[in-house]
Amino acid sequence: MTAASAAANVASRARRVGRLDRRALTGVLVREVVNYSSYWRSSTFSSTVEPTIYLLAFGFGFGSIVSRVAGYDYVDFVGTGIVATAVLFSSAFPGMFGTFVKYKFQRTYDAILAAPVDTEEIVTAEALWLATRAAVYGCVPLLVAIAFGLDPTWGMLLVPFIAWISGFGWACFGISIAGFASSFENFNYIVSAVLTPLFLVAGTFFPLDQLPEFLQVLAQLNPLHHCVELVRGAAFGFEGWTDLLRVGALLLFGFAMWRIAIHAMTKKLVD
Amino acid sequence: MSSDLAIRLRGVVKRYGAITAVDGLDLDVPLGTCVGLLGPNGAGKSTTMRLLTAQSIADEGELEVLGFRLPDESKAARAECGVVPQLDNLDTTLTVEQNLLVFTHLYRIPRAERREAIERALKMANLADRRDTRADKLSGGMRRRLLIARALVHRPRLVLMDEPTVGLDPQVRQELWALIDSLRSEGTTILMSTHYIEEAQRLADTVLIMSHGTAVAAGSPSDLVLQHAGREALEVYGPPSRLVEVEAEAGAAGLRTRRTGTSVSILGAEAGNGYAAEGERRPANLEDVFVLLTGEEIA
Repeated sequence: MTAASAAANVASRARRVGRLDRRALTGVLVREVVNYSSYWRSSTFSSTVEPTIYLLAFGFGFGSIVSRVAGYDYVDFVGTGIVATAVLFSSAFPGMFGTFVKYKFQRTYDAILAAPVDTEEIVTAEALWLATRAAVYGCVPLLVAIAFGLDPTWGMLLVPFIAWISGFGWACFGISIAGFASSFENFNYIVSAVLTPLFLVAGTFFPLDQLPEFLQVLAQLNPLHHCVELVRGAAFGFEGWTDLLRVGALLLFGFAMWRIAIHAMTKKLVD
Repeated sequence: MSSDLAIRLRGVVKRYGAITAVDGLDLDVPLGTCVGLLGPNGAGKSTTMRLLTAQSIADEGELEVLGFRLPDESKAARAECGVVPQLDNLDTTLTVEQNLLVFTHLYRIPRAERREAIERALKMANLADRRDTRADKLSGGMRRRLLIARALVHRPRLVLMDEPTVGLDPQVRQELWALIDSLRSEGTTILMSTHYIEEAQRLADTVLIMSHGTAVAAGSPSDLVLQHAGREALEVYGPPSRLVEVEAEAGAAGLRTRRTGTSVSILGAEAGNGYAAEGERRPANLEDVFVLLTGEEIA
């Protein structure tokens, strides 16, 4: 036992030497980008078409019943809110499924860890990549909404950055789940019990101030909600300190998930 | 010091819960040689390979690879090692060339040298005319060659091969042996695990026989044969009851025997010890040593 913990100590010290080396991060990123060139069509399709369908279904479905919500046209309300959905779909899901497939079926991580790259660098580079993709995919619903009459504003140029910070956290969330999961079936629990409620109670489709108070309080712990509100802020005007706190919450979420993802994957990959 | 050793392991122990996968292993791989780790399934060969890339962290013992101490300095060691995995882990939707390109980055080859490194690896693995083929469209043998090329793209000083020809046709295996042999003749140090005896006999300068996580014998294939199985073996065929008798008689005469399924091999038959039976004489081989030292039962 003491020998084992001594070894663990040695290992953790070793990880401090040359951590997060730029060349190692670049190597993992290059792998992701080159692979992306072989599947970008399907990935772009699912990451953009799905939120667009939500946008059209809710925007025009509900929009015909309720024309204005929280002071906005309903299409504008959903069109901005759904950015967060697109970010979630293009970061948490590939983080979860992509990581698990690479670990279990393609054994990619064995190949990468044979090179001078550590688990921390793998997780970081893959999350950076997913965040960047999410930043781009996240803008698609906004563009669709603009096509349907949402007025473009200068503030919307901040949306990719909001999407990026949020996407980094969700990518790390997905990677963490993949790290803790022992089989694909485990993902069903996470999707049903965690992601679906978070996705519905984020203020995307309806304003949260209609909800019971305890749900409103809980919603403040939902990173997706902060992403929704920040995107609305970018489109319609920020709320000063409140929105700054929201940025802080997303940064905190991203940092915590990043560390958890590294911990989970190290346990999985190094024994 | 151990500056002439590419790998030096002393008293290495690795436990997984109640199972001790590697149990006090000592291993020396001198620079410029090819060492074969030979052992049955479950002997600890793959765990040893994982320890050498710090994907497993040893519970006890000292590990040095190319003068770097593991696991602290593993990253520096890995930069100068190439690893050919037992299980195919190519990026299947990428072309041959793209697979190599990714690893020129992972192995930190400077931009100006990447092109040349890829061409050299393609040529060595005889895959130059397949450069644009997707990995999942390659035959089993070509995929193996690509795995080897990928491990060599940065000109490593040490190559670790875990069962490099497992599950391949004899023709493909021979083709890979030729490739590994050419590496060896260029002076690359190789540590190769295998459970194919012929592979170890042909390619390895030194063979280390592993059983239950530890080394039970080490030496050149011919020395091992001579030392443990003698010069000749007498192969006696017969019905099972007869084979039991033969084993008993040879044992009484102080000779070692091993079962080969349909026969009993009496080892060190040239000495005779006054015992003679009807049978075929043949030169003793590494398989005799392997079975003798790792046990006849299949674990």
